[in-house]
Amino acid sequence: MTDAPHIPVARRLLANRMFLATCITCTGLAVCVLAVLIVSIMMDGVHRLSPDFIANFASRKPDQAGIRAPLVGSIWVCAICALTALPVGVGTAIYLEEFAKRSRLTELIRINISNLSGVPSIVYGIIGLTAFSRFFGWRAGSEPIELGNPESLLYLRLPFGSSVLAGGLTLALVVLPIVIVASQEAIRAVPNSLRQGALALGSTRWQMVSRITLPASLPMVMTGAILAMSRAIGEAAPILVLGAPLMVLETPANLMSEFTVLPMQIFNWAGRAKASFQEIAAAAIIVQLAVLMSFNALAILVRQRLQTPFQ
Amino acid sequence: MSLQAAAAITSAARGTPIPRSSRDRSERVVKSVLLSFSLLSIVTTFSIVAVLGIEAWGFFTGFPDKPGIGLIPFLTGTEWSPLLGGEQKFGVLPLVCGTVLVTVIAGAFALPIGLVTAIFLSEYAPPRLRVVLKSALEVLAGVPTVVYGFFALAVITPALQRVSDAFGTYNALSAGLAVGIMILPIVCSLSEDALRAVPQSLRDGSSALGGTKFDTSVKVVLPAALSGIMASFLLALTRAIGETMIVALAAGGLAQMTMNPASQVQTMTGFIVAIFTGDAQANSVEYASSYAVAATLFIMTLALTLTGSAILKRYREEYE
Amino acid sequence: MTTMSASETNPTTVAATMPGTREPISIQAVGFDGFYGSFQALKGISLDIPRHQVTAFIGPSGCGKSTFLRWMNRMNDTIVGARASGTLTLDGEDILARSVDVVDLRRRVGMVFQRPNPFPKSIFDNVAFGPRLHWKHSRADLEDLVERSLRSAALWNEVKDRLHASALGLSGGQQQRLCIARAIAGGPEVLLMDEPCSALDPKSTASVENLIRQLRTDYTIVIVTHNMQQASRISDQTAFFFEGALIEAGQTETLFTNPRSKQTEDYVTGRFG
Repeated sequence: MTDAPHIPVARRLLANRMFLATCITCTGLAVCVLAVLIVSIMMDGVHRLSPDFIANFASRKPDQAGIRAPLVGSIWVCAICALTALPVGVGTAIYLEEFAKRSRLTELIRINISNLSGVPSIVYGIIGLTAFSRFFGWRAGSEPIELGNPESLLYLRLPFGSSVLAGGLTLALVVLPIVIVASQEAIRAVPNSLRQGALALGSTRWQMVSRITLPASLPMVMTGAILAMSRAIGEAAPILVLGAPLMVLETPANLMSEFTVLPMQIFNWAGRAKASFQEIAAAAIIVQLAVLMSFNALAILVRQRLQTPFQ
Repeated sequence: MSLQAAAAITSAARGTPIPRSSRDRSERVVKSVLLSFSLLSIVTTFSIVAVLGIEAWGFFTGFPDKPGIGLIPFLTGTEWSPLLGGEQKFGVLPLVCGTVLVTVIAGAFALPIGLVTAIFLSEYAPPRLRVVLKSALEVLAGVPTVVYGFFALAVITPALQRVSDAFGTYNALSAGLAVGIMILPIVCSLSEDALRAVPQSLRDGSSALGGTKFDTSVKVVLPAALSGIMASFLLALTRAIGETMIVALAAGGLAQMTMNPASQVQTMTGFIVAIFTGDAQANSVEYASSYAVAATLFIMTLALTLTGSAILKRYREEYE
Repeated sequence: MTTMSASETNPTTVAATMPGTREPISIQAVGFDGFYGSFQALKGISLDIPRHQVTAFIGPSGCGKSTFLRWMNRMNDTIVGARASGTLTLDGEDILARSVDVVDLRRRVGMVFQRPNPFPKSIFDNVAFGPRLHWKHSRADLEDLVERSLRSAALWNEVKDRLHASALGLSGGQQQRLCIARAIAGGPEVLLMDEPCSALDPKSTASVENLIRQLRTDYTIVIVTHNMQQASRISDQTAFFFEGALIEAGQTETLFTNPRSKQTEDYVTGRFG
């Protein structure tokens, strides 16, 4: 036994209890914030929800305004984003995890991806504007080159301008690092014993990946992909930089159509002083959150349905 | 039985072999496609650096018809008034100041609350509560930032105005708190991951020595997870600095050198929005200034990200 | 007949192949060195592995026996910094040559791992995995092949009614026999087994050991084991490794009852290891 003064057990237990109280307060605060957020938006907007609100185009009169164009625009942009970002992102993850040997180049790619994930989305907007909308200033000031028939779905105009294709590609840049990192984690979670088993049976690398690693990691890859898409569907800043028009009165007909997205519409309405615009902004937010919730539910469903337990 | 069976296997299996050449060729094709996908990320970074660099360079050194602003005046100037009529001034410090103010408010709100919540979730909360709260956090993390901007304008600002007359329609505190709410799930979720990565044996060791749960959490688990927690803080701050929609809605549009949370401020991202939603001409000086501001923003976030990954790298080495 | 390279602790050179065998050699190592980076894991191994016999590798943990095994189908290629020198041949062909098609090598030299590693697929798809990689079969041929492989692995009667159920639902012993069925379905000549029973309970161990004894008639089997009783029960030839060197190799019975080296004697009598 030492002669040092003894800290009474009661005091230590008190510290323990006070810390627990702090913990519960902080957690409670976080939960309260979420509750206030949802309740206030519901109170502001729920009475504005109606079939007309979904079906109508934007209008200067809040009572007649709807979200048809931004809702359909979001779907277009999200689809283009998924079709480009997912193959590239999952492919990159496969290369880095299953093929790349440790070299300077692969180390560079790894560091680079972690840096890209920290780049603010508005910077991607500027890059998207420069690269996809303007082709780095190619043919600036002259008429764009047209390919195909403006009536057809595959009509292209070079450079892409403020088109739904430019928007989708720009969002693909934003979510690409997320898709890559999530897929890398999914692939890494596949036990090495499965890889060894496949190689020992005489698989080539790609046979091993396509028949064992990828199927085994698919639920996690899909979950990551869905969450990345829910990020894409909520982004407004890059679309804003691309110059989506304030009021869009038709849904996209092809890849070159003008468009807007739901978060942009929310931004436009939320920024106006008139209370009725605030209300329709809140209503649009409810729709947006409903879309996100269904994405989340889908992710959970995919995780459960496709779950393949490893031993 | 096995003798006959296995002998038969050998003969059947040697039916029609798949030739090596076709297998090797597809292997090479697949590998080069995957490699080119990976290189796209390098191309992206290269484009960011090139586009921002070239445009910002033009802004600093001058255009054929206009003089440049110069790097030093840009970085040290304390007045930013590119859009107002009369004399245009391009000192970036007021924008940096606005960004820092909003980020500091957000961090002061989110970092402590996020960390304590993370400790609660990882060390104290019963498993079922933990699952419920974790999924609530996931929902919060998926909410688009424009929603937080709306929340700042519709809920936080009116509440602040009820407390004090000093708050206008646009103010830094409202925007900062909304950004704080936005980064809270990031801090919480990543810190919790770091805390849970601490091996159970450390907790058992502390308990066996007579430590209370508080002793164990704060004196053993927290220090062990510190680098992971620091990395989560840095990531959250990076997101706060780059946040655009909240500040565009709630922080205001006046760039000024102030640390007063009640006044309106313009952040770097807020200015870029103002340029691209305004009617600036595509070859004007103010338009070019947005590229210089974006370059500044890019460098700041890059520095934070690099620091974060350096910390995380050390953290991985500790456990593996 | 090859001689073992000098081991410092045991200067007497020993014939590595047991006398009296007429079986041709399947795998042959001469002066084989294996490295991980700068660490030499295997020192001058010379050993003949006769066809259609069971050869057991014994020795304390870290003695290099598993490493040596993994060179025989070049699984060490997946480890960064692993390299080897010396000679290692399969039916007289160099295993280590750069030009070797490792995919084909691994088809000819199957492997069963320490822990059963069934793929998260059905039992059928697990067994059909190797054949599908290497040959184009009709569905009927494939079904036939899967059945015969499962029969050879003494698993058919237990799984014939649930071939399309997940392999992960099998017990540990069944999973390991499934892995053996999977390894032989591709029609290998050699089967490498890296402590195949170490994760199994005694009953499953008995059934896998029984299976190994049966398979010897058709396959050359090399098995790494920690369990000396197991080596004596199932192997024809035994090789004792210590600190990366091959100390002694010979007929199992001789090695266990009348070892030439003091170290071998100490190990097999349980004095160390």
